[in-house]
Amino acid sequence: MNKTVLQLTDISFDYKTTKADTSNPILRNFNLTMLDGEFISIIGPSGSGKSTLFRLITGLEQPTTGDVLINGINYQNRFGRVGYMPQEDLLMPWRTVLDNATLPLEIKGVNKKEAYQKVNYLLDEFGLKGYANSYPSELSGGMKQRVSFLRSVLNGSELLLLDEPFSALDAITKLSMQEWLLKQWQALNKTILFITHDVNEALFLSDRILLITNSEKQVEEFNVPLSRPRNLRDLNKQTVIELKDQLIDQLRGR
Amino acid sequence: MKKLSNIKNLLPSVILIVVLFMFWEMGARMVNMTFILPSPSEILLKLWEIKSLLLIEHLPATLSIIAIGLFISIGLGVGLAVWMISSRIVERALYPILISSQTIPIIALAPIFVLWFGYSIWSKVVVTVLIAFFPIAVNTFDGLCSTREDLKELMLTMGASNKDIFMKVSIPSALPYFYSGLKVAVTMSVIGAAIGEWLGAQAGLGYFSRRMMTQFDGAGVFAPIVILSLIGIVLFLLVVLLERRSLNWRKTK
Repeated sequence: MNKTVLQLTDISFDYKTTKADTSNPILRNFNLTMLDGEFISIIGPSGSGKSTLFRLITGLEQPTTGDVLINGINYQNRFGRVGYMPQEDLLMPWRTVLDNATLPLEIKGVNKKEAYQKVNYLLDEFGLKGYANSYPSELSGGMKQRVSFLRSVLNGSELLLLDEPFSALDAITKLSMQEWLLKQWQALNKTILFITHDVNEALFLSDRILLITNSEKQVEEFNVPLSRPRNLRDLNKQTVIELKDQLIDQLRGR
Repeated sequence: MKKLSNIKNLLPSVILIVVLFMFWEMGARMVNMTFILPSPSEILLKLWEIKSLLLIEHLPATLSIIAIGLFISIGLGVGLAVWMISSRIVERALYPILISSQTIPIIALAPIFVLWFGYSIWSKVVVTVLIAFFPIAVNTFDGLCSTREDLKELMLTMGASNKDIFMKVSIPSALPYFYSGLKVAVTMSVIGAAIGEWLGAQAGLGYFSRRMMTQFDGAGVFAPIVILSLIGIVLFLLVVLLERRSLNWRKTK
């Protein structure tokens, strides 16, 4: 349980611009250590560098300074090392649900028959039974996100990065998807780093919450005072409400 | 159910065509100068009269020009599109030339091709290709450009190679555009083949039509044109069929 899955040390990042404007970097001295099986949420206003952080971890960008260690190793090329689930589902409209989910296995060169077998089994587990041969356009928003989540899980890594995956869903679907995600997280034994701007969502899902404030790029960490398994009503506890108020005040810069 | 509604949708255009042909028939009978304005019934009669000559001698010549021309056009069009998407410099070098190539009146150039390639099939194929490759190249290129950047990035995070991205993202994204280009190209290829034959050939529907013109045989001019337009329609429908089969995910939208 104490294995370090992800370690970010002193990460700073700046898009290389022609202007020598180093006064306002996108990320400044960001540190994070994630243990095996943890669920951590990052909240912050837009423009606070949350999504950039994911681009750095996946390897789409390289930090200006600092290191990204995955399972203790500082890989030169991090592509394919973490499962990334983008905000939009980004399912390929020309592929069926089955083929969309199989994509990461296909890229890794897994035998097609074997891959289909594995995915078909997981489709049932993910509540997508009977939809294997449907096209994304035939699915509801929540189902599309499940396929997208399954796809990122099948990337095969312990660490999953989820970038506001439920932000486009309606309130009721969102709640059931959050419960569903917790169940899958425990069943699959994954480590999840979760971006959101919804304080309730962060409180319900995570062990720890990282709050990035906009101007100073300072990071504050909060432990969520709830045990597991959790219930949506746990959010009404006094300690949680106090933490929520504190988080909201900080987000609004008071 | 769907077929029934398709037929219903076609009804207005069918009625319009029938009415237009009736006017034509009446007008032609009033003018009564068959060598200038043959009536539709005269054209059909002529077509029936010379059907074996047209179908056995002239149709195969034209069809082979169209087939070879389309085959080369697809290869050239897709090849250019892929080449341009693979390199910024190639795109900047070729795209303007590609566009301006279409401002050259191909019909005016065609005699040159007769000089170069003689009366062989190739002078006609060149005209066909010059007309038909363009819609394929431009549409396929636009399709390749339309590939979503975030989808490519997602593929990268999965550890995909450039080849993976091209095969699994770019090609499927470009396919609908390719078919749009192909639909235009197949109809253009019929025009290209006919023009090519006018200018120098020993057989073919376009050649036959022109020969009848010199004999003041109005119905004889029109009869092969009927077949040419039927070829265009059949080719277009074939592409639509192919498109529906390979893009069946779009139906569900």
